[in-house]
Amino acid sequence: MLTLESFTYRYAGARRPSLQEVSLELRDGEVLGLAGASEAGKTTLCLVASGLAPRTVGGSLAGRVLLDGEDTTPLAMHELAGRVGIAFASPATQLSGVAATVYEEVAFGAMNLGVPRDEVIARTEEALTALRIESLAERDPAQLSGGQQQLVAIAGLLALRPAHVVLDEPTAQLDPAGTAMVAAALAGLAATGASILVAEQKTDLLAAICGRVVVLDAGRVVLDGLAPDVLANPRLADLGVAPPAAVRLRRAADGMGLSATALARLDGSLAP
Amino acid sequence: MTDLILDDVSYRYPSGAQALDGVSLQINAGERVALIGQNGSGKTTLARHLNGLLRPTSGRVLHDGMDVADRTVAQLARLVGLAFQDPDRQIFRGTVRGEVEFGPRNLGLRGGALRTAVDAALAEVGLEAEAATNPYDLGASRRKLLALASVQAMGTPVLVLDEPTTGQDLRGVEIVKRVIARATGAGRTVIAISHDMSFVAETFDRVVALRDGNVILDGTPASAFAEESWDALRSTYLEPPLPAVIGSRLGLGATPTDDALLAALAAGS
Repeated sequence: MLTLESFTYRYAGARRPSLQEVSLELRDGEVLGLAGASEAGKTTLCLVASGLAPRTVGGSLAGRVLLDGEDTTPLAMHELAGRVGIAFASPATQLSGVAATVYEEVAFGAMNLGVPRDEVIARTEEALTALRIESLAERDPAQLSGGQQQLVAIAGLLALRPAHVVLDEPTAQLDPAGTAMVAAALAGLAATGASILVAEQKTDLLAAICGRVVVLDAGRVVLDGLAPDVLANPRLADLGVAPPAAVRLRRAADGMGLSATALARLDGSLAP
Repeated sequence: MTDLILDDVSYRYPSGAQALDGVSLQINAGERVALIGQNGSGKTTLARHLNGLLRPTSGRVLHDGMDVADRTVAQLARLVGLAFQDPDRQIFRGTVRGEVEFGPRNLGLRGGALRTAVDAALAEVGLEAEAATNPYDLGASRRKLLALASVQAMGTPVLVLDEPTTGQDLRGVEIVKRVIARATGAGRTVIAISHDMSFVAETFDRVVALRDGNVILDGTPASAFAEESWDALRSTYLEPPLPAVIGSRLGLGATPTDDALLAALAAGS
């Protein structure tokens, strides 16, 4: 369980806090979606939840972050690394830059945590398979496309098998199939009991894998509820978040004054 | 007006990866073309051939009949503006205004003309109030819009955008659409790489799908997302947009966008 207890965070030198009085509880096995307009505070929340802010990023934090009930304030970054995994939107920020092959890159984090060799191999191969990038194993990570690098970064995270995972737009550069693979991998990780926080602009992805969705606006939580309810909330577009495709289509249909027959046909085809 | 021709272009990276394998395309002046395809299918490699950052291993790239092999990257910068997928690989100046000024200044713009071009590009992406801001004090999505403004300000006949909507919220996507509409309205060609099929269907006249460095689909959004194309799309890990799927399910034909689907529904009942 990952708990954010009424925290306020301000970057060093910033006039205003980027997040204010945010409280969130992420249960074991839960995938919590985080939505919001650009600069609403999603990335900052990911940095705080993973412990990188303020430890590495600086700034000031009021309030607490708890892991399974334990206050993380006194913990150093390396003590947190084995417990909370983070994936960034840009793989360039994530990849170690020292691994000569994709295989070594995916194994890198688990090796650093001192996981036994056989176990590292098993986890690495499982992560490569889960994201269907086995064929890239011998390639140089620096020579891959942006989307392929993003999959490699997420595979490295999966190989860490963290109990808590924070992902900041993990599928930003992925094709639809890559996005679906990451979604399946995250659902699989949650099924093992991990708690997962995922910030995304792609609300269709949030609709597919999240039980609950939180929406931020100007650093505050403004919507928090079951994913289908939040993602169908009429305020979503005003908050700068594009609703899922089905919600958007249904709303456009309402605005067009279609006949009852036509609406019924549309509803029938939208039913899962 | 610049017509672009790729004539049997192949490219192999020094590492040995064959990124393009005999691509032939003609893109006419003023067209809006979306390049789609799975990660690693060659989209970015193709884009980098258009402004000479990469040169074909074999085959030719022609601008208005002129082989780009004879032109330097600096000469090609007058013809093709490229906004990178990762804005941080592009941005290097200390202020937002300085960043947008750099390109048009290099093309020879000075004084009032330069100021007008920069102001217009900043206003178009909603960054007019941030002219004096350091680009790295902007969030990632606004840095991406800044990179877009920088190539927009150059006024090149061809604009190449590598995943322009990545990380953009609802408002950001609308801004990107507006920039594209203005550019093509002024007769410029826009070529964009995207994984966002709704954006592609709503914004472009032509969709080109790549797989393993080959063109496997080339047509209007209606044809590229029609049911006959789904096997080809899926072979390069793409899915048709939701309205296309629903239109097909309801027997309404090719309906790549919400508008097309709703119009077909309204007409059919």
